[in-house]
Amino acid sequence: MAVSPLHPAAPVRPPAARLDVEDLSLQFGGVKALDGIELHVEPGSITALIGPNGAGKTSAFNSISGFYKPKTGRVLLDGQDITGVPARDRAKLGLARTFQNIALFRGMTVLDNIKLGRHAHLTTGVFDAFLYWGKARREEMELRAEIERDVIDFLELDHIRNVPVAILPYGLQKKVELARALAMRPRILMLDEPVAGMNREETEDMARAILDVRDEWGVTVLLVEHDMGMVMDISDRVCVLNFGRRIAAGTPAEVRANPDVIKAYLGGSGDPRKGADPAAVSEVA
Amino acid sequence: MAIEFIDIVETSLAGLGTGSLMALTGVAFVIIYKATKVINLAIGEMLMIGAFVFYGFSAGLALPIWASVPATLVVAALIGGVIERTMIRPLLKDNPVSVFMVTIGLTSVLIGVVELVWSAEPRRLPEFLPQQPVLIGDAFIPSKTAYSFLIASAVMAVLITVFAFWRGGIALRATATDRAAASSVGIDVPGVFSFSWMLAATVAALAGILVGSVGGISSAMGLFGLSVFVVVIVGGLDSILGALIAGLFIGWLEAMVGRFLGGEFKLLATFSILLIVLVVRPYGLFGTHEIERL
Amino acid sequence: MRVATAKESYAADQGLFKTDTQKVWFGLLLAALVLFPLHGSNYWMFLAVLVMINVISTTGLNILTGYTGQVSLGHAAFMAVGAYTVAFFDGRFDTPVLLNLILAGAVAAFIGYLVGLPSLRIKGLYLAIATLAASVILGFIFLNWTPVTGGLRGLNVPTATIMGIELATPDRLYWLVMPITVIMVLAAKNLFRTRVGRAFIAIRDRDISAEIIGISLLKYKLTSFAISSFYAGVAGGLWAYLFRVVTPESFPALASIFFLAAVIVGGAGTIIGGIFGAVFMTLIPEFLKLSATALVPWFPDASIYLAPVRAIIFGLLIIGFLIFEPMGLAEMWRRTRRYFALWPFRT
Repeated sequence: MAVSPLHPAAPVRPPAARLDVEDLSLQFGGVKALDGIELHVEPGSITALIGPNGAGKTSAFNSISGFYKPKTGRVLLDGQDITGVPARDRAKLGLARTFQNIALFRGMTVLDNIKLGRHAHLTTGVFDAFLYWGKARREEMELRAEIERDVIDFLELDHIRNVPVAILPYGLQKKVELARALAMRPRILMLDEPVAGMNREETEDMARAILDVRDEWGVTVLLVEHDMGMVMDISDRVCVLNFGRRIAAGTPAEVRANPDVIKAYLGGSGDPRKGADPAAVSEVA
Repeated sequence: MAIEFIDIVETSLAGLGTGSLMALTGVAFVIIYKATKVINLAIGEMLMIGAFVFYGFSAGLALPIWASVPATLVVAALIGGVIERTMIRPLLKDNPVSVFMVTIGLTSVLIGVVELVWSAEPRRLPEFLPQQPVLIGDAFIPSKTAYSFLIASAVMAVLITVFAFWRGGIALRATATDRAAASSVGIDVPGVFSFSWMLAATVAALAGILVGSVGGISSAMGLFGLSVFVVVIVGGLDSILGALIAGLFIGWLEAMVGRFLGGEFKLLATFSILLIVLVVRPYGLFGTHEIERL
Repeated sequence: MRVATAKESYAADQGLFKTDTQKVWFGLLLAALVLFPLHGSNYWMFLAVLVMINVISTTGLNILTGYTGQVSLGHAAFMAVGAYTVAFFDGRFDTPVLLNLILAGAVAAFIGYLVGLPSLRIKGLYLAIATLAASVILGFIFLNWTPVTGGLRGLNVPTATIMGIELATPDRLYWLVMPITVIMVLAAKNLFRTRVGRAFIAIRDRDISAEIIGISLLKYKLTSFAISSFYAGVAGGLWAYLFRVVTPESFPALASIFFLAAVIVGGAGTIIGGIFGAVFMTLIPEFLKLSATALVPWFPDASIYLAPVRAIIFGLLIIGFLIFEPMGLAEMWRRTRRYFALWPFRT
């Protein structure tokens, strides 16, 4: 990449964070969404949270990002207890997430959406904003340069940077959401079904982007996904939930062969000798 | 000045009378909200239109009461249906703020129409309720207030029963919660929309007739709607029972404040209740707090 | 047709003016604003000043409703607060004009903060009801707090005097109002080039995502409301200097609807929309007045219908634009520009 005088010297990459979830329980009225789950995500790793529909994956995600208040349990970021920290303050701690249903701001362009990712780290106030030519302008120019180099170039979004997000195709919208999460300078990136509804090509594109992000940025990635092929391909570790409980955790190979996991997805006896093919697990979405 | 017990009783009863009309109008608001999730800021003006249409039939055309009242209700239903079809339905799929702002525009239009046709002067409705003050124990209640209370209560009782037991009530709630799902189980969603607005307009018009017969009619009648907004917020935007209870309470409160502190303080008291509720229990006594799915 | 408009630096891409042509047009506009008073008659000068006051007020409401998505039904009440503040301080203490205007904005912003605190904590249209309640309560205060507000008779406003020059007529007041309007509109535009403005739009579009990004909903909604009230207060203060008297009748309930209509008609969420809306809505009552006078030979008392017809038209404008042209006059303007930018090609 050519270094232009506009670009600051070196990219700012915060160190990847470690995530620990201990004994997390979540209840909605009488429904127990999560029942004492445990999760350990190594810094810089790609960990996938999988399970059949209704297993509690999104509930776990929402508890970790601060939207649901868990009944019991703790969420620890680099050993720091963030269970009581409100959702909007977790961004500053380096926790970034994307959404299942795209949560981009439809009234803005790609560039503005991405810039918003950095919101928590900027300091322009109302009065600076009104005056603009001074502090606000400087901050905006730095922000622009940084985002262009780190995010837009990286994810190859330069040709659509001024396009309103509302008219973008689904796959590109998901990429913009990833871009915005990256602009938050995350220490841990939580991706909620990053390839949902994508075709083969888009899925490979996104999978490659996630791997690039982890390799170049060194950020920890935690993702929820149904696409088994993609999960098994890129994850370092996989954690399986069912009915709000953790039923398996380990490398993709270990999990794939685990009889409890097979049973959860395929039902039935779960005895591998009785015809259930472990490889078939990767086909079940 | 010694405050006599009988004074308190009489004021309370009168307050309950007005309160029942606030409750009735609140129920009209809730019907619309339950079915279409629309916050109808024009409910006070719909009440006003009902009162003036009644005036047009009973005073203008000098029709007898047994013809004027049904005619008013029919016209009100038509107006409600037209409003829903032309102004509300096109925007229901959009941002809820847009529909809300349409109802704001509607208040302006309705007030303008009334002032255009009948001028801004207050008027009196023809007398049709019995004149004799009603006696409860030692307390006197103006007859119109008492009869309004009875009529309003009866109508609300019917509505509550119908919504609780009739499957149409469930259809209403289903439509509000998820239109696509309701449609796919065979509920006539546009039909539910029309019906709810027509019903609400009719109920509001009835309230308008009663409010008008007690206090006269004018193009400023919509102010009654301010108290009704507080009623539905206190009771819960989607709770008919809440509107009933909150309506009686606010009506009683306004009457007491008006009698013992002065008429100018009535709205102040009502808005203080609004403030307290917003801080302590924003979804009202019986409203449902929807947890947003992420 | 517009060609060769690619930018060569990020700074150019983020500038106020995207093309040289735009800079030229803006320059012409400024020139027109300066030269206009030399040719305007008293009536046009009055209208121009009124339009600009409404531009300030509409821009303020646009920031709150158009950009942040919060509906206020009491905007006119905040203008009244500004008007009374100016009347009070200039009348009682003879304080300088600019100070009075800043006070007008600050007092209005403060009251906005108080009103917003309980009602903006909850999602939904509670702010609308709260501002409705606030305008009723404020109306009550204006009418009854006689020692300060003059009660029913209101307050007389001294002539705005800057450095000894009395701005007694509209064509003189123009030189105070015009620069203030330009500055405040520019400031609003700047707001949306920074993270503050972006946060407002994010809250309007999808507040849950905004929270995840780290935007405090309450803080930014309150800020937006305070800014909007500040603009209303300043506009109200200038209004007081124009009309020279403030009474409880100066800002009736219909006035709040007027500004809401201006935002919607002009184009919610664009600065230029605020300007279009203010101009359009200010000219409507004037146009109606002229029509009523013109109709006198056939309808001698046409003018008594002015008030209700105005109300109906405001309401129909809101409803009509929301249904048929929700992005307002600004969108119609954009379409025209696109047409000429692409001409002779069609799309």
